[in-house]
Parts: sequence; structure tokens; C-alpha cells
Amino acid sequence: MSRPEGMRGSRRSLQVKFVPDEDVLKHISDDSGTKVRKEKAQLSVSVKRFVKKLENISDNEAQEILEEKNYVAALGICAQDPMGNGSNISGGEVYSFQSPKRSNKMAELASELAQTPEQNVAPDHSKCPEKMAKTPQSSKMFLLMCVLSLVFQNKKKEFVSTTPHRLRKRLAVPDPFLETESEYSASCSEEEDEEEQKEVSTVLSDQKTPAKTKAASTPPPRNSLAKKIKEQKMGSLVEEYFEAHSSSKVLTSDRTLQKFRKRRLNQQTLHDLLKNAPLAYAAEIRDLNQQHESLFSKWMLQLHLGFNIVLYGLGSKRDLLEKFRTSLLQDSVHLVVNGYFPSITVRSILNSITEEVLDHIGTFRSPLDQLEFITKRFKEDSSLELYVLIHNLDSQMLRGERSQQILALLSSLPSIYLIASIDHINAPLMWDQAKLSLYNWLWYETTTFNPYVEETSYENSLLVQQSGSLALSSLMHVLHSLTLNARGIFRLLAQHQLEKKDNPSYPGLSFQDFYQQCREAFLVNSDLTLRAQLTEFRDHKLIRTKRGADGVEYLLIPVDDSTLTDFLEKEDEDV
Amino acid sequence: QQIQEDLNKQLLDNLVSFLSRSHSDFQEKTTEWTCRMKFREIPTAALVLGVNVTDHDLTFRGLSDVLQDNITPYVALLEAKDCPGVKNLMQKLMGQLMNCDIDVDSLEDEDCVQVSQNRIRCSMPSLISWYESVTKKTDSETPSKKRNSSSRHWQSPPVVVIFKDMESFTTKVLQDFIVISSQHIHELPLVLIFGIATSPMIIHRLLPHSVSSLLCIELFQSLSCKEHLSTIIDKLLLTSRFPFKLGEKVLQVLINIFLYHDFSVQNFIKGFQLCIVEHFYSQPLSVLCCHVVDIKKRVYSLSHDQCENIRRLPSFRRYVEKQESGKQIELLTNDSFLKEEAEKLLEDLHVYHENYVSILRCLHVFTSSLPKYPLGKQIRELHCACLENRVWETEEYESSLQLARMLNKTDLVTMLQQCVEILMSSSGKEFDKTVGKLKEFLTQFQNLEAEASQERDVSVSSQKELQKKTDLYHLQKTLLELKESRRSKKLTKFEMLRFEVVDYIDSLVRRYLVPADDRTLHEILYFNAATVLRGHLNAAPRTALHTALNNPHWYLKNQALKCDGGGISNKAPDICIVYKLHLECGRLINLVDWLEAFSTVVMAAEEPNADAASSDQVDDIIHARFIRAVSELELLGFIKPSKQKTDHVARLTWGGC
Repeated sequence: MSRPEGMRGSRRSLQVKFVPDEDVLKHISDDSGTKVRKEKAQLSVSVKRFVKKLENISDNEAQEILEEKNYVAALGICAQDPMGNGSNISGGEVYSFQSPKRSNKMAELASELAQTPEQNVAPDHSKCPEKMAKTPQSSKMFLLMCVLSLVFQNKKKEFVSTTPHRLRKRLAVPDPFLETESEYSASCSEEEDEEEQKEVSTVLSDQKTPAKTKAASTPPPRNSLAKKIKEQKMGSLVEEYFEAHSSSKVLTSDRTLQKFRKRRLNQQTLHDLLKNAPLAYAAEIRDLNQQHESLFSKWMLQLHLGFNIVLYGLGSKRDLLEKFRTSLLQDSVHLVVNGYFPSITVRSILNSITEEVLDHIGTFRSPLDQLEFITKRFKEDSSLELYVLIHNLDSQMLRGERSQQILALLSSLPSIYLIASIDHINAPLMWDQAKLSLYNWLWYETTTFNPYVEETSYENSLLVQQSGSLALSSLMHVLHSLTLNARGIFRLLAQHQLEKKDNPSYPGLSFQDFYQQCREAFLVNSDLTLRAQLTEFRDHKLIRTKRGADGVEYLLIPVDDSTLTDFLEKEDEDV
Repeated sequence: QQIQEDLNKQLLDNLVSFLSRSHSDFQEKTTEWTCRMKFREIPTAALVLGVNVTDHDLTFRGLSDVLQDNITPYVALLEAKDCPGVKNLMQKLMGQLMNCDIDVDSLEDEDCVQVSQNRIRCSMPSLISWYESVTKKTDSETPSKKRNSSSRHWQSPPVVVIFKDMESFTTKVLQDFIVISSQHIHELPLVLIFGIATSPMIIHRLLPHSVSSLLCIELFQSLSCKEHLSTIIDKLLLTSRFPFKLGEKVLQVLINIFLYHDFSVQNFIKGFQLCIVEHFYSQPLSVLCCHVVDIKKRVYSLSHDQCENIRRLPSFRRYVEKQESGKQIELLTNDSFLKEEAEKLLEDLHVYHENYVSILRCLHVFTSSLPKYPLGKQIRELHCACLENRVWETEEYESSLQLARMLNKTDLVTMLQQCVEILMSSSGKEFDKTVGKLKEFLTQFQNLEAEASQERDVSVSSQKELQKKTDLYHLQKTLLELKESRRSKKLTKFEMLRFEVVDYIDSLVRRYLVPADDRTLHEILYFNAATVLRGHLNAAPRTALHTALNNPHWYLKNQALKCDGGGISNKAPDICIVYKLHLECGRLINLVDWLEAFSTVVMAAEEPNADAASSDQVDDIIHARFIRAVSELELLGFIKPSKQKTDHVARLTWGGC
């Protein structure tokens, strides 16, 4: 069951957390300059050994550890600084290590500490949970880290609430003396673990952070959907609207699919699964469709009388239109436009009319010219008739004002018969009166309850579940054709971007910094080679560059984070 | 089917002719007024057209046609969407002018080709040079041709530029164009016509004073769209020319769409066309909906099935029940007898229409001038009321009669005269008697007038008497007498007559304005499926979606889906469940929670018969179904992916719909 939500993933506190990190980094680089860098290189060697020992730990983590080492070094210099800054976020991360079968008490506690930034942990967590599940060793390691941090906390109580977890982890892992305690951690039972956590959290609950008082003042968190609590009507609708939209904070639980899911479903498996799943109420749906099919001849008549027909209602109207086409339009010239296709444009529709129907070869300066040409041809030759079937007239690509204008003009031609379907609830808003009169619609309600199989099958029409599988495969494909060094460069950039993924205003990695990093990793030897490499990336649309306000070139991979994570994982497997 | 196409054509012709007629007065004005063109000022006509934008197209087309025929061959129609800049505007203008030039003098082809090469640099000078060359050409043409052209146009015909939708032009473009053209007004007689949808104030709002002072604006007000509508109703519905009629509800729907949605006459006509199509498509007996002349032929060509159809009509059944038994059997068994009867009935119906229209107009004459308009100001309202039910049973009718009984004489006389005119003009034979009666009333009124003057004399004399006798007692007595007489003489002759007239009108109404529903075989001529019409013209896609999602039982007739109240059964289609769940959420929805809730609901519906071994499989299927449902909702526009939080979607609708 979902727990009563309330984990307010506050971005603010997130920033609070990460600012010190950057401060520290800067501090390091400013303070000790190249010395630290050398030290880093040395450290990375030692860390590599460490990695070998752990065997299964990913490169990614190694990189992290490397940074952590830096932190350790930095902490020696300015230990006080991050702690002071990090006081706000307290030790809430502890919750991320809660056992899967949480007790109700824990849930209650969690709701008490509504403002604890659980999301902080999500990134840490999401980097390796799959690994955890797969390899017992690393999961043990994880547990170890967790327990160690708790031990740490127990040791220095006053320190507990102020240390960011990340920091603790960093402190904990590389330290050799803590490794000795691994046995203890392995034997440590979960009950104990929980007890400890409770202790910690009660300690925490005593603390009054400013954030918490703010949380208390906000209305009680709305319960999750599973609870199904009917909201009572309060105030006028208008007030409610603004109430709902005024607070930038949204009260939902912070669970992510990545935490939840065993594996992603890709397009194919999804398709197969759905095929296997029986369609509910098939008989009734068939009846419904037959009812609509009886209207076909009527549509035909009305199309010929100068009306155009638009179909609306729940369910895919594709099959219906297809049936209409096969049953009545077999012998006549017709054009089927799949509006849901993500790369359809008005120009392509017009082109197919001029090229396929009118057999005209040549290009036009603008769609309007083309339209004029079509109009002329159709007026000249009255025997010319064309049926245009548009599935999803309201799709993303055809939604624009200009495209609708052109389509409306097209449909107003007396020998072009348009029959279209719309699905979006706000689709009628596309048309103003002038367009409506051009279209001369007759509305038909055709609720079919058919699943939108085709319409939703394109990548960009789907939710996060599948997104990126296409991008990922193309990414892999392109990178496989590159040299090892090039891959390394790209990976460096990807890792950097992933580290900064919680910063919404992350501009990208500046070229100079990137060059430095690449040099350190022995990937390039000169400015020019890196530039050449980047040009190649850009040609393949792997990266995007933009100039910042200060004239510095920033590099960005235009792929979402989850895809990038997947990519790095896959890369690691290959290596 | 042929008839209906004929009808459609007639309809549109009607409209066009009407529109051009309604604008003929403008043309006249423009002609005389373009003559006295002013110095350095561009003569401009501002046409206030009202908000029914969609009709403007027709109006402008008619206007430019008329202009082309009567005044000048050079008319250019410009639309805002073609002219994002001055350059485009000029290009469009040149193109149009040159095209119409070709239309007028096709002999001048070479010249035009020559000029159109200049089109690349479309500027005012090139326009002027073109204009000069063209006018020179026309002047120097052969005398016969010159006479021909000058008979239609003047020596130097003005160039008329029509801006169809002035409001949507960008201010800058308009200003520039006006300033530029005002520089060249000497060489180029330019006339601008602005089409305005809102109010004439917009000109001054769009153009600064410096620019608008260059214009010499004259304002023309076009007829309001309501007037258009009533003319159309007059022409289409209240005539006996078209056998097809609209039922009360349908007419109401059409008028409502007109008044509350778009004020578009075109849309009204479209609706009317749709009615015709629907009627002829859905009513098998609509073959009989034709002119009187054809009825006989068509009735005799009816097949047995069609006869059966007639017998099945509810109005015909009622008719049969009223007949005596012998005739009943005849009607129900004998086809040819039925045909004869049907023919008679249909002819009756046509006669009824003729009478109906005339009497309706008469009644309208009476009611339209009454205070507060109890039966409506427009004839369409009266028409609706009469179609709806027996008009004389309504309260409004009562009160209007009451008011009519209080009319003064002059009004009454003029009304009667109008009625006589209307009745005379109508072709019905039955009205001879009525007209006679009304005329009788009129003469009676005239007589009354004579009598009244006499009476006045009498009263004057009595007054004099009153002055004579100054005796208090007598005075009291006479005053009392006067009072008495006034009370008793409440009904003067005029009043008596007035009552008689009103009663007569009342009787006419009762006889002729019987609602069409009561007539036998009215189904053949009347179209009454208002809901169908509403569905096609004024559809509500949102409502349809909402019902489908909320109450799938409405569409899928399955017992399992039947549910009471706002709840939804857990056996409903996936998308319904997902939709219901999403209604419980705020602005952002957590996908995981959503999925979990969904799977709980679905699992509950599926009974825990699936054993643990296959639960993994089931889970995947549920997951897939969830994904499908969610992406369907996304397609429908209820949610969209959100970047605010990982694995969250944002809700796009607000409130429970």
C-alpha cells in the first residue's frame, strides 16, 4: 500500500544540499589547485584497487568514490563548512534504507516528518538499486554503508542530524578501519536497524527546523489516490482553482518508478502483453461499432453534399475509418493521413496531394502557393474528386493555427471530401468561427471504446515508462562506431551531466572544464582533438552546444537522465 | 434527392441575391460619393458589418461583384492573413488588380504580361504606371470598345481596395499603406473600403490622427444579422413555395444556435440544409414532400410498402380512428383507396400552409405593435408559438387579445388595411370571404367616424346645456346623469366594432393556425428530429468523453457495468478506472501510486483465482494495461508528463469536470 504521502520533495533543500558540494569542490580546486588534482589521480589508482576488490561496483560508483576521497581530503581542510550548511536537511535520508516491509509506525513517523527531503536520496539510490538486487555482495555493501552511518550517528550524537548522508557515506566507505566492522553489519538484523532508525528519527523530530514549521502551516496533506477521500466542496470554484494553483508545492508521494519496478517494459513486450490480455466487453464494443458502421452510407451522402464529417468520442476511431475506407472508398481516389504520426506536416499532406493525386512534379514556395495550385486544379477539372481521411486531426503536429487554416481551406473545396477524427478534449478550441465555417463540419459521436493502439504507439506519445528506448538504442549504435577514446569522452560528459541532474538550471559543462577533465583522463592531448571529437558528436546530434551569457561554450547531452543512466549501465556491461 | 439538391441551390441563390440587394444602397451611395473625391484625402468607406464574421465573405463577394459590374473593373479584396507586411499587401493588391484587368479586357493580354513582369518590384510607382498604361489603353482603344467600356465605367475608373477584416490587419501595415497611397492619390484614384466587425471607433483606435486625417471616411451600417435572419425565415419558411417545413423544436434549435452561438446566417442555412438532408434521408415517405403539382403522380407510384409506411404514421392512425368503421377497413386494406385519401390529405395540408402563412402574418401585424410584445416582436417567435401548440390556449395570446381590445382606431384601421393587403396577395381562395368581411369592418369604421363627429356635436350641445342651467340641483342631476350614461354607454359603437374585429381575428386564428402536429400526414413535410440536429451541429465532444469515461454503461450495454450513483464498478474498462482514480488527485499525480491503486482495483475485479506462480505474469499484464490506459488519457488531453518531479504526470483538467 502506498503510505500516506507527504514526503515533500523540496527542491529548495535539495539545492541546499548541493551547494556545499560545489562549494567544497571549488574550494578544493581554488585552494589546492593542481596539487589536489595530482592527488586525485593518485587516489583514483588506489580507488581502482578498491574497486577490483569489490569487483561488482560500477565505474560510476568508482568515480563517485573518487570524489568522495576528495571530500575526505577537503573535509580535513574545512570540515566545519558543509556541516553548517547542511544542517537544514538533517538525517532524513535514513528513511531510504527502510526495509521493504515497513511497519505502520514507520509510516506514521514518516508523515510526521513530512518535510524530510527524501528525494535527496532518490538519486543516490537510483544509481545502483538494480545492482543491489542482483549482486548480494554489493547489497551487503550497501547495508554496510547504512549501518555504518548509523553507528557513526550513535557514536557522535550531536553530529548526527547535521551530517548529510552523502557525506557520511563518503566518510564511511573508503575508511579502512570501518571495513573491519563489516561482519558486524552483516550480522546486524533488520529489527535492530529499524530500532536505530527510530531512535534517530525521534531525535530528529525534536529539532524544529524552519522548514518544518512551514510544513506545519500548510494544510494537511492530501491523501493519495488509493485513499479516495472525497474532497468536500469549500468556497467557490474560483477560489479553489487559485488555491490549487497558487502553491508551487504539490503534495504527492515521492515514490518513483525506478524504485518500484523490477524491469522496464519496452514497446515490443508491452505490445505482446496487451495482445495477450483479453479485451473486455468485446461483444458490446462490436455492437457499438456496428451501430456506427450503419451510418456509412449516410456519411457518404453528406460528404457529397458539401459537408465534412468529424468524429469524436472515446476510443480509437481508426478502425472505424479504415472500415469506411475499405467498404466505400475502394474505387475512388482517397488519401489517408495518419495525424498521430509524429513527423506528419501539412506540407507532406499537400505534397502527397499534388504528387500522388495530381501527378505534379515540382516544388512550391509555400504551402499557400501549393494550396492555390490545388484549388486551381480542382476547380478546372470538376471530375476530380478526392476523399481525405485524417486520423487525429488534433494531433500535435496538425494542431497549429496555420496548419488548421490550410486544412480548412482545403476542406472547403467542393470536390474534396474530408472525414476526420478528433480525440483531445479541447480539440474544438482549435477552430475559430471562420475556420468552422470553412470546415463545414457535421459532428458525429462515435464512441468506440477501442484501445488507441496505433495512436499511442509512437515514442513521444508515451509516458516515461518507455521513453528513451529509441534514443538509447541510437545512442549505443552511434557510440559503438566510435573510437574508444571518443566513447570515453562522451561518457565523461554523460557522467558529469548525471551528477548535475538535480540542478534544474544546469547549463551544461563548459568547454574548458571538459577539456581539463579529458586531459586528466588521458583522453585527449590537445584542445584541437577534443574540438574535432565534439564536432563529430554534434554531427550525430549526440550533444548540443550553446553559448552562455559569459560567452563560454557549454556542452549538453539532449537526452533525459534516465536514458543516460541506462546508457552508462549498458556501457559498463560492455566494458 | 434531386429535389433536395434543387432546394439547396435555390436556398443559396436566395441568400446571395438577398445579400446583394441589401447592399445595393451602399453601392449607390459609393458611386455618387466617389465622384466628389477630395484632395489628398483617400475616400474611404467604413462598412460596419456586425459580428457574424463568417457571413462577411459572401457579402464582400457580392459587393465586389456589383462594384465590378457597375463602377470600376479594378477591385481588390484583401484579407489580413495574406498581408503580414506592406510588401505582401502590395503584391497581393497588384496581383488581384491585374487579374481583374484580364477579366475585363482580355484583349490586353500582352500588356498585362508586360506589366506582370514588373511584379517583382511591387511598389506604388509601378502600380501607378500600370494604371496609367491601362487607362491610356482603354482611351486609345477602338471607338467601339471605348464606348463599350465607358458606358459601364467612367473615364478614369477608381481603384477600389477592400480590406475584408480591418481589425486583424496590423496597425503598422495599414498606416504605411495609407500614408503611401495618400502620396499618390493624384495619379491613382484610390478608394478604400474597410470591413469592420465591431464598431466604427476601431478606425480611430487603429490609426493615429495623422493617418486617419488622410482619410475621408464615410460610415455605412449594414443590416444587422438578425434582420438577415428574419428575411431568410420569411423567404424560406413562411412561404408555400417550399413544401419542406421545420418542426417547432428544430426551428428553436436553429434559432438558438444563431442567437447564442455565432449570429451567422450561413450557419443557419447550413443547419437548414442539414435538416433537409436528414429529412429526406431518414423519412421514407419524404418522396411525397414535393410541390402540389407532383403529388398526384407520386402518390400513385407508391409501392405497397410505402403505403404500409403511411399507415404506420401516428398522425394517420389518429385520422383513421376518427373515421367510421367501413372507411377504416378500406383505409387499412385497400391501397388505392388509401392513395386517394392520402392525396386528398396532402393537398389539404398544402392549402393549410397557404392559409396558415397568411393568417400568421395578419396575427403578426396585430401582435407586433402591442406593448410588451406578449407574443414576440419577430414573426419567427410567433411562428414558433403557433407551431408549438394551440396558440389560442396560451396565456400570452389571451393577454395580447386583451391588449388588442384596447387599441385606438387609427391603429386598428391601418392594421386591418395591412391584413387586407396580405390576404389579397396570398393565393388562397378561401380568403375572399375573409377579405370581404375585413373590408366591411373598414367601411364600418369609416361610418363610425362620421357618426362620431355627429356624436361630438351632441356632446358639445349637452355641455352647452350644462352651462346654461346654473341651478345647483340641476347641475348635480345632470352630472349624475352624465356619469350614469357614461357607465352604461361603456360600449360605444366604436368599441363594439373593435370587439367584433378582435373576435373575428380570434376566430380566424382558431381556424387556421392549428399547430401542424395536429394535421394528418404532417410527418411527411415536417422535420422534427431536433436532437439529431443538435448532435450534428452543436456537438459536445467533452460531454461525450465524460459520459464514456464516467458511465461506460451508457455505451456498452453490459449488466456488469451497471452501477448506481457516482461510483464505478471495478469491472469497467481500464481507461475508465484510471480516469476515475485520476480524478481523486491534485495537480500532480504520482505514477507509482496510480499504478498501485489501479492494480488493487483490477485485482479485486479479477478474483484471486490466479495462483501465486502466475502472479508475476498477471502483474506484467496489469502493468501493461495501466500503461496503455495512461497513454490513452494523455492522448485525450487529461494529463501530460511533468518535469517537476520524477515519474509524475500533471493533470490538465481541473475539478471533477
